[in-house]
Amino acid sequence: MTLSAHLKSRWLIFGLFAISLALLPFLIDASMGRSWVRLLDLALLYVMLALGLNIVVGYAGLLDLGYVAFYALGAYVYAWLASPHFGLHLPFWAILPLGAALAGLFGVLLGAPTLRLRGDYLAIVTLGFGEIIRIFMNNLNAPFNLTNGPQGINLIDPVQLGGASLSQPLSVFGYTFSGVHLTYYFFLLLVLAVIFISMRLENSRIGRAWVAIREDEIAAAATGINTRNLKLLAFAMGATFGGLAGGLFASFQGFISPESFNLMESIMILCMIVLGGMGHIPGVIFGALLLTLLPEALRYTGEWQRNLFGQIYIDPADLRMLLFGIALVAVMLYRPAGLIPSARRRQEFADAKA
Amino acid sequence: MSALLTVSGVSKAFGGLQALSDITLSVNAGEIFGLIGPNGAGKTTLFNTLTGLYATDRGEILLNQTRLDNRPPHKVLKAGLARTFQNIRLFAEMTALENVLVGRHARTHSGVIGAVLRLPATRREEADSHDRALALLQRVGIAQHAQRLAKNLSYGDQRRLEIARALATEPSLLALDEPAAGMNPAERSALRELLLQLQADGLTLLLIEHDVKLVMGLCTRLAVLDYGVKIAEGTPDVVSRDPKVIAAYLGDETL
Repeated sequence: MTLSAHLKSRWLIFGLFAISLALLPFLIDASMGRSWVRLLDLALLYVMLALGLNIVVGYAGLLDLGYVAFYALGAYVYAWLASPHFGLHLPFWAILPLGAALAGLFGVLLGAPTLRLRGDYLAIVTLGFGEIIRIFMNNLNAPFNLTNGPQGINLIDPVQLGGASLSQPLSVFGYTFSGVHLTYYFFLLLVLAVIFISMRLENSRIGRAWVAIREDEIAAAATGINTRNLKLLAFAMGATFGGLAGGLFASFQGFISPESFNLMESIMILCMIVLGGMGHIPGVIFGALLLTLLPEALRYTGEWQRNLFGQIYIDPADLRMLLFGIALVAVMLYRPAGLIPSARRRQEFADAKA
Repeated sequence: MSALLTVSGVSKAFGGLQALSDITLSVNAGEIFGLIGPNGAGKTTLFNTLTGLYATDRGEILLNQTRLDNRPPHKVLKAGLARTFQNIRLFAEMTALENVLVGRHARTHSGVIGAVLRLPATRREEADSHDRALALLQRVGIAQHAQRLAKNLSYGDQRRLEIARALATEPSLLALDEPAAGMNPAERSALRELLLQLQADGLTLLLIEHDVKLVMGLCTRLAVLDYGVKIAEGTPDVVSRDPKVIAAYLGDETL
């Protein structure tokens, strides 16, 4: 193939990919129903979260089990500034960056005391931080009602884009886009931005320094890397993406409560990375989509059981966790580098086997 | 000759073990200075205190009039002292080229915004780092392995890659911890050539090595450590005839 033909085919693939991404919600709407489009929106949020955690865990190698704290922070900042709770209704373009920045700041604040910790110890402390934030949110309804406690905050404003609300249908040229479709495009745009930033960082001076710290912290320091600052930067970047996803989540659901931000959520996001392929962007995206969509698909097993046996033997919700556990064990046994590992990690694991 | 590195009265204890007692020595610009002694004499401990991995208990370390003692490793490196490790510490999962690129970190500046937007300054810096890294791989003789993972290189090549990574930081003093360990005779003589070339280019070398023949042939001066104490210092001729050195380290082997 000549170079120009090669370029042309690349553009062709890119174009087809873009068109299929644009048509995806309509295809899913037509074939599987509106609730699956809504789920797709949620899956995009998890892609964002997983890519954020991937910076901390996948690149810098810092095992963070409290990542959901930043997600919660972004969500609460959005809820405070755009709901009847305080009577504030600021526009999303002001709140989202604010929430993301605040989450980033907290990333540094929570990261700072853990700088000397590694591995298991770091995991335990970050797990604690995640729980502390959740418990704060659960209890800060007195003496001053900041979070409305376990009841959570309701009636959060949806994102308003140029007069159109992402929760209302919008008519363009006689065709009506539903709210979940509009949300899909808005989230997709932000996810693409997060992917772009991740990719650029991966192949940069900063990204190399993160990987160097993951590989050998002492050698990294002796090679001139300020390990303290770079670890804090990784925490901050990851937390920023988490805060952004949190704000979007609040606007999307219209309601948040501390229950949405429990430890299981942190573990799920971590599983997405590990299952998909740590430190590898396509793997992480795949893991996030798989772990958001698969559990929903398993809901149908209840119906199948009824059709097959006349009654439900295993509650679909329990089955989800069971299959999940089996899937994780299987992946660790047969594809330890993840389902879509980077070429580099594939090589590494192949060498280890040989 | 002016002293590049001055170590005066440096002591370091781990609990009850006095690993270094009152070490004083100076390394002149342009020389290859050897550090020898039996196992456990404190050679690597001295390296670790020099490069900021250990804090000193007492004493002063000066490189080019800059205090190095009790400063973090990345600042020591920035001041111009780079090192390699006795038990090779490469970034195993990175390619050889990326390992050397990490060495450029301290001499480059682009940050998150530059990386995300690929600003012209960042692109220039990256291109320059790539060129330098490739040239360094060429120089240590492993350019053909640029795209291989560090962990898949042969032992001798890993040692050379570690030297290339250290050189990428543009040091004025390069500290090598047993660079010839585990090398075969051919690799050893290639290493010897490389070190002499580096010296000819104006680099000062500080060398821990057990290969007495290599050390005696290469070093302009030597210091001998035993149980954390410096028992001798001088040219290879003088040191190798020192009765204390023969008793502690060389034995009756005739040189």
